[in-house]
Amino acid sequence: MQFESFSEFLAMGGYGFYVWLSFGSCSAILLAIFISSLRDGYKLRDEVRAQMRREERIKQAKQQEQV
Amino acid sequence: MWKWLHPYAKAERAYQLCNTLLPYFAVITLVCLVIGWVWGLAYAPADYQQKDSYRIIFIHVPSAILSMGAYSSMAIAAIIALVWQIRNAELAVISIAPVGAAMTAIALLTGAAWGKPMWGAWWVWDARLTSELILLFLYFGVLSLYHAFEDKKSAGRAACILAVVGVINLPIIHFSVEWWNTLHQGSTITKFDTSAIDPSMLWPLLINIVAFAGFVGLVTLIRLKNEIIQHEKHRPWVRELVGRGE
Repeated sequence: MQFESFSEFLAMGGYGFYVWLSFGSCSAILLAIFISSLRDGYKLRDEVRAQMRREERIKQAKQQEQV
Repeated sequence: MWKWLHPYAKAERAYQLCNTLLPYFAVITLVCLVIGWVWGLAYAPADYQQKDSYRIIFIHVPSAILSMGAYSSMAIAAIIALVWQIRNAELAVISIAPVGAAMTAIALLTGAAWGKPMWGAWWVWDARLTSELILLFLYFGVLSLYHAFEDKKSAGRAACILAVVGVINLPIIHFSVEWWNTLHQGSTITKFDTSAIDPSMLWPLLINIVAFAGFVGLVTLIRLKNEIIQHEKHRPWVRELVGRGE
């Protein structure tokens, strides 16, 4: 461990603002792209399922018309 | 020789391959990211010149390397898509581009936050910084070109051609610190004979590079899976898969 205390760790020898700005913006970007990629996937799969249900309903409606 | 590769041109096989690889990438990324950040921030010794501000290197260098690495893989996929007309390669191009853009943005942001205390300026129009900014615009260009066309066939071709042409920027970025008199410091680890960095700093840096590479792979796989589903959503295998709740 290079630092004596937690507050020294946060201070980063006076460069705390720049170091934490870098690591903060980096984490924000990494998290944002990771979560949005996952969310896109869930949304897309929901859309496909909705489309499948819609097609199923149309098929049933057509069958009833024939009867 | 190409026989074993060929089945992966089929979307279903490629999707399964993504699923097989995903957990490995997830574990490597998580483990290396935690070790790399804790080691780099708390255990690596301070630099004798730049003191603790140099710790930005542990995210700046990996993201910069990966911004170029992602571009190279994107360009290779683009060549495959153009030459052999393989649709999956085109989807891979579109999946890599946003991750590469994120890496470039991180490299630029962390570079600015490092430049301010060391050079006294957030931004200078230096060869290295400018060529990296052009790389960000190339990523945006590939993405917007793909989304500008209604017909996805011509969209894919246009995006691939831009991706291949943009490769010219990679050697410019890499050698910019040698060709021009720049404010940006020279290479640290890619000198061929001896590395200009102490092992106590090199190891956490290497671990962080692995972590960032894992992250690029992980998010690319997630996005590629999405793109395959988007492209094949009327096919029975996708219907079955999505119907199962996967």
